[in-house]
Amino acid sequence: MSVLILGATSRIARELANRYAERGQAVFVAARDTDEAERIAADLRVRHGAQAVAGGFDATDFDGHAAFVDDVAAAVGPIDVAVVAFGDMGDGGDDVRRVIEVNFTGAASICEALAAHMAPRGTGCIIGISSVAGDRGRQSNYLYGSAKGGFTLYLQGLRNRLFKQGVHVMTVKLGFVDTRMTFGMETGIPIASPAQVSRAVVAAAERKVDAFYYPHFWRGIMTVIRAVPEKVFKRLSL
Amino acid sequence: MTNWADKELWGWGRYPRVTARCARPERRREVEEALRDRGGEPVLAHGLGRSYGDAALVSGGRVLLTRRLDRLLEFDPETGWLRAEAGVSLEEVIRTFVPRGFFPPVVPGTQFVTLGGALACDIHGKNHHVDGTFADHVRRLELLTAKGEIVVCDADHEPELFWATVGGMGLTGVMLSMEVRLARIDNPYIEMESIRVENLDHFFDVSAESGGHTHTVSWIDCVARGPRMGRGIFMRGRHASSSAAPAGPGVGERLKAAAEPILDVPFDAPGWLLNNVTIRAFNEAYYRKQLKPRTNSVVHYEPFFFPLDFVRDWNRLYGPRGFLQYQLVVPPDPEHRAIRTVLEQITASGMGSFLAVIKEFGERVHGGLSFPAPGVTLALDFPNYGQPLFELLDRLDDVVAEAGGRVYLCKDARLKRAQFRRMYPAWEAWRAVRDAWDPDGVFQSELGRRLGLVPGSQP
Ligand SMILES: Cc1cc2nc3c(=O)[nH]c(=O)nc-3n(C[C@H](O)[C@H](O)[C@H](O)COP(=O)(O)OP(=O)(O)OC[C@H]3O[C@@H](n4cnc5c(N)ncnc54)[C@H](O)[C@@H]3O)c2cc1C
Ligand SMILES: NC(=O)c1ccc[n+]([C@@H]2O[C@H](COP(=O)([O-])OP(=O)(O)OC[C@H]3O[C@@H](n4cnc5c(N)ncnc54)[C@H](OP(=O)(O)O)[C@@H]3O)[C@@H](O)[C@H]2O)c1
Repeated sequence: MSVLILGATSRIARELANRYAERGQAVFVAARDTDEAERIAADLRVRHGAQAVAGGFDATDFDGHAAFVDDVAAAVGPIDVAVVAFGDMGDGGDDVRRVIEVNFTGAASICEALAAHMAPRGTGCIIGISSVAGDRGRQSNYLYGSAKGGFTLYLQGLRNRLFKQGVHVMTVKLGFVDTRMTFGMETGIPIASPAQVSRAVVAAAERKVDAFYYPHFWRGIMTVIRAVPEKVFKRLSL
Repeated sequence: MTNWADKELWGWGRYPRVTARCARPERRREVEEALRDRGGEPVLAHGLGRSYGDAALVSGGRVLLTRRLDRLLEFDPETGWLRAEAGVSLEEVIRTFVPRGFFPPVVPGTQFVTLGGALACDIHGKNHHVDGTFADHVRRLELLTAKGEIVVCDADHEPELFWATVGGMGLTGVMLSMEVRLARIDNPYIEMESIRVENLDHFFDVSAESGGHTHTVSWIDCVARGPRMGRGIFMRGRHASSSAAPAGPGVGERLKAAAEPILDVPFDAPGWLLNNVTIRAFNEAYYRKQLKPRTNSVVHYEPFFFPLDFVRDWNRLYGPRGFLQYQLVVPPDPEHRAIRTVLEQITASGMGSFLAVIKEFGERVHGGLSFPAPGVTLALDFPNYGQPLFELLDRLDDVVAEAGGRVYLCKDARLKRAQFRRMYPAWEAWRAVRDAWDPDGVFQSELGRRLGLVPGSQP
């Protein structure tokens, strides 16, 4: 069994790497920041005695994605679980292209390469980390939200396609999690720890859950938010 | 760009509280970035906030929360050397390495401290008389200095900076990583002996004949007066040998069972909860627990080393005003005059201490601002009674300084500068090294300003 973690410098991603490594699985941690990826791999080796390899990965290097998947398989063996954890919330400036390219195009591109790797073997699991922000466009983060929403939709279609080929695709819609992305935010809503997220994700993947919200109460919140008529919604400042 | 957020911070005693702009670096280079992005304001590292007073606080400054710099980088199972980032907690080290037969060389009374905090306070444990302090088991550290350089220091390279950082209360820079040597153990158990101690002289007798035990500490009833003054329960022990450990499930499983705290204090208790009456009752009950003069047992390391960790946030029991810890060490004295005077002044003041421990230190000293010194150390927790307590502690400072002793800075929130200088005569030499690396006082803390440890402190 080997596990690929994409965007490993995210705390959520690192906790997921911990969960798989402590189960004795070989882990490939991939990130743009290869220095940090190395440190994370070292930690997995020391902490869990796991096989852990680090490598460089850029979500926007679309042309390199297929070769990247081959490299990972060569290093740690065929990929059984891949976690797409990278994301970019943008900084509210002129980063339209980057936000769409990282959260949507890059995510879809690497998932296609993973699908091509897993489908012929008739096994595997792709875990996509999406967001509640993708459930409805809101003025505060609709750029990021629309890319994540697109990713959620993409994962739906991919799940439908790969199900017949024995590959499971799981969508995780996260609410607030205590990471770099949210540090210092006044959320007003309970915030999950990255370790809690990782335990929920691994357990759900084992049960082959298709899609879920975490923390679970976000499902209720988003049901309400989605139900508000557009006539009313456009007047709100959310 | 560093993401700063205003947060109110406090130490374990929850007094004082200070708001600062905080960053929480998750990568090495984010620490360097944060130092550059400090907007000309002073900086301080903050670990798990288990120092009691104002050592890890700075107002009008920037605080770097180190908890997420927590990678274990290298471990040699042959020798026990661990290289790890400074935000790693001892709890993680224990959880990771006890199943492999290793334990931190020195542990304080809680496992929720970071490696950085442990070295910055040069912490000691129940084994000081045998193994020295935490720093005695650290051979190298990486420090981010005021100029933004990462300096690797050890016995050969910048040894002065190394020893100024040991016990340097975060005022020499931000530690990024260190190499610490873990001690070998056979199992997670401690062979322990508890001895009922009738009074202070009895304590010193038992302590004198306990040199063969690697770990010693004594709880002391500091409400008891007269001939019973100093009564308590002396605990001594050592990591159990394989034959002494109880049989049962494997080491790993037994550890898992102990990992999570069992109780929680989810909100502040009312301020009156810990008062003279409850403190007296607690001390009496605790003493009565030890019915026999001596008992032998084999216990898990958690109740032995970290008896309070099973109640998370127990500091909230002291209510919103918080509490103060006072820890002193005084040189050996056959008549134990200073200790007697301290205990007499406390009982006379009527301000009881809920928990008090007493222990004899070994011979090793480190200079600078490091606390442990040969003699006897006494640690007392006081509810924050306000002015009367501060006056009592001022009087105790006099007794301690007069006897050639000192108080522990990582427990302190109120020591006066003049007394500090009497207690730590090596402070000037320490300060010279500090200033050479940080002439403009980039690194500051409330404690550092109060005690005049950093440039620009109010005279
Ligand atoms: C219940 C309890 C029992 C205790 N028992 C003992 C005991 O038996 N013996 C003992 O010696 N101590 C004891 N302590 C004190 C504790 O060990 C120290 O205060 C320790 O420093 C706490 O570590 P921390 O990570 O919480 O540090 P903090 O409280 O966050 O910081 C303490 C100091 O370390 C500095 N610091 C932290 N991280 C870094 C870094 N990366 N680089 C540079 N400086 C840094 C801070 O600036 C500050 O000056 C006890 C504390 C508690 C709460
Ligand atoms: N935190 C929350 O509340 C929350 C809520 C909903 C969803 N999420 C999602 O959870 C995931 C993890 O985020 P996080 O909260 O842990 O925040 P984070 O620390 O900012 O993690 C995002 C990661 O994405 C990586 N990344 C960005 N651009 C990349 C690129 N072009 N190529 C490769 N990697 C790139 C970043 O790594 P480098 O910068 O090193 O490349 C970073 O480690 C993200 O998908 C995020 O959208 C988080």
